Amino acid sequence: MAIKERMSGNEAVAFAIRQVNPDVMPAFPITPSTEIPQMVSTYIANGEIDTEFIPVESEHSSMSAVIGAEAAGARSLTATSSAGLALMWEELLLAASNRLPCALTLVNRTLSGPININCDHSDGMGARDTGWIQIYAENNQEAYDNFIQAYPIAEDPRVHLPIMICQDGFITSHAVENIELLEDEIVKDFVGEYQPEEFLLNPGKPVSVGPYSVSNYAMEAKKNQEDALERSSEVILEVAKKFAAVSGREYGLFEEYRTEDADYIILIMGSAAGTAKEAVDELREQGKKVGVLKLRVFRPFPAKEIAQALKGCKAVAVLDRCESYNGNGGPLGSEVTAALFREKVMIEAVNYIYGLAGRDFTVSDATGVFQELEDMVEQGKEVEQYQYIRLRK
Amino acid sequence: MKNGIEIRWHGRGGQGAKTAALLLADVAFKTGQNVQGFPEYGPERMGAPITAYNRISADKIRVHSNIYHPDYVVVVDETLLESVDVTAGLKSSGAIIVNTPKSKEEIMPHLKGYEGRVYTVDGRKISVDALGKNFPNSPMLAATVAVSGVMPRDKFIGEMRASYQHKFAKKPEVIDGNMQALEVAFDVIEQAMAQEA
Repeated sequence: MAIKERMSGNEAVAFAIRQVNPDVMPAFPITPSTEIPQMVSTYIANGEIDTEFIPVESEHSSMSAVIGAEAAGARSLTATSSAGLALMWEELLLAASNRLPCALTLVNRTLSGPININCDHSDGMGARDTGWIQIYAENNQEAYDNFIQAYPIAEDPRVHLPIMICQDGFITSHAVENIELLEDEIVKDFVGEYQPEEFLLNPGKPVSVGPYSVSNYAMEAKKNQEDALERSSEVILEVAKKFAAVSGREYGLFEEYRTEDADYIILIMGSAAGTAKEAVDELREQGKKVGVLKLRVFRPFPAKEIAQALKGCKAVAVLDRCESYNGNGGPLGSEVTAALFREKVMIEAVNYIYGLAGRDFTVSDATGVFQELEDMVEQGKEVEQYQYIRLRK
Repeated sequence: MKNGIEIRWHGRGGQGAKTAALLLADVAFKTGQNVQGFPEYGPERMGAPITAYNRISADKIRVHSNIYHPDYVVVVDETLLESVDVTAGLKSSGAIIVNTPKSKEEIMPHLKGYEGRVYTVDGRKISVDALGKNFPNSPMLAATVAVSGVMPRDKFIGEMRASYQHKFAKKPEVIDGNMQALEVAFDVIEQAMAQEA
């Protein structure tokens, strides 16, 4: 029986952590993710879980401690946001290349500057090439569900990679909404006990973690890591299927909302996807054929699947909540257009940047995007291919 | 949002507008509704203007933007009337509730010609009388429920008692005062509405 509750996104993830009861959680506070370690340490202090909580002096240390604990054979995690993730950069790469299936719950917040505490995806996108699996959530429910699926994905022997479970800072992390929780026993059975094959605290089978590799071998190690990331998408789908069996909630690499016959599609990630869906329903009532493709799994990037899903439409708007500073578009814009080209799907694709540093994204912003796509295709209107939404003039 | 109501709260950091929005989400959830309660943060400091929001609906809520065309606006600190456009986008079919010792007639000139219903509640006095301290949260929450009709009075009072008993398990002496503040504020609004009718 599902438990009906109301929680903020941070409460939901902390509750999932309580249900999973991981072995080790080092953490350093940073807005807007601070509540997560705060709540987890309350669970620990109350004796509800026996996770070893390590207060550290920086995020560099929290990720280092996660790596040490995970290599020792302990199921480990941390939580962070923004500059905290940036300070972990070197360690993120070590976690992935040492094939450590640890978890990080990221509450997305912009990177400085200007200094600002609000949401965009620049922290997560800054870590996009570190080798971590990245899964994004639309709301508190998805943040909770994604966290419960995290370890079964990461620890699968075909994967052995760290996983980042992301949600939008403040927009979902601090918003109280309805949620359905699973019972403790169901979560416990679903996630299971961690059985590492090789780990440091195993006297019968000594291993080295993180040794120097000469050029004769290092390149193969990197390719093996890439292969594992590619393989993880089938594991993500398998775990999602098992999760649907216990929760009734289905997840894929992305969600297609009313896209079957859509001429115009918005591709978007995170909390703004719900807002875009509302716009779709409004426009569908006016007879417009529009839909939303909500990307859930950003790493591994489901390039072929996205291109195939967009094949039937006339134009796609790719919405990025992050600027890449490359003069050519946002991270999603670049990767989606590359995917379309490689799959020879020759549709129009406009890249919009929205919601930086907490700039709001509304239903009318989304309807405006659909209108612009339609004007471009049907009226031949010239549309800037890489542009900003709601920028002050 | 097609079905349901949207509420915008204006307060200052540290006054509890965010807490009031979260409490309203809480109590509406307990009466079986879909809810959203969330703050909008500017600079995090005591005294800075802050905004908080509620969506309450029988349907699943998917929109994650701020609220620009609220059904109701609650002003927890009347000094904001000078610096914040509190009636911006407020539906004329809705209402605004202001925490002030002043009368509706005295407040009206500060509302930029707003044509909907206006209610004033002396949250400070109600709170000081009932609790000995100025916590305008409880009276403003009750006033908001009374004006919006988001749930019946008895249901609201029952749920609030249960949640105060939980929240103040270690200081039960404040429960009665908080309950009294809710009841008094509810009375104030009901009387004002009765006069309109």
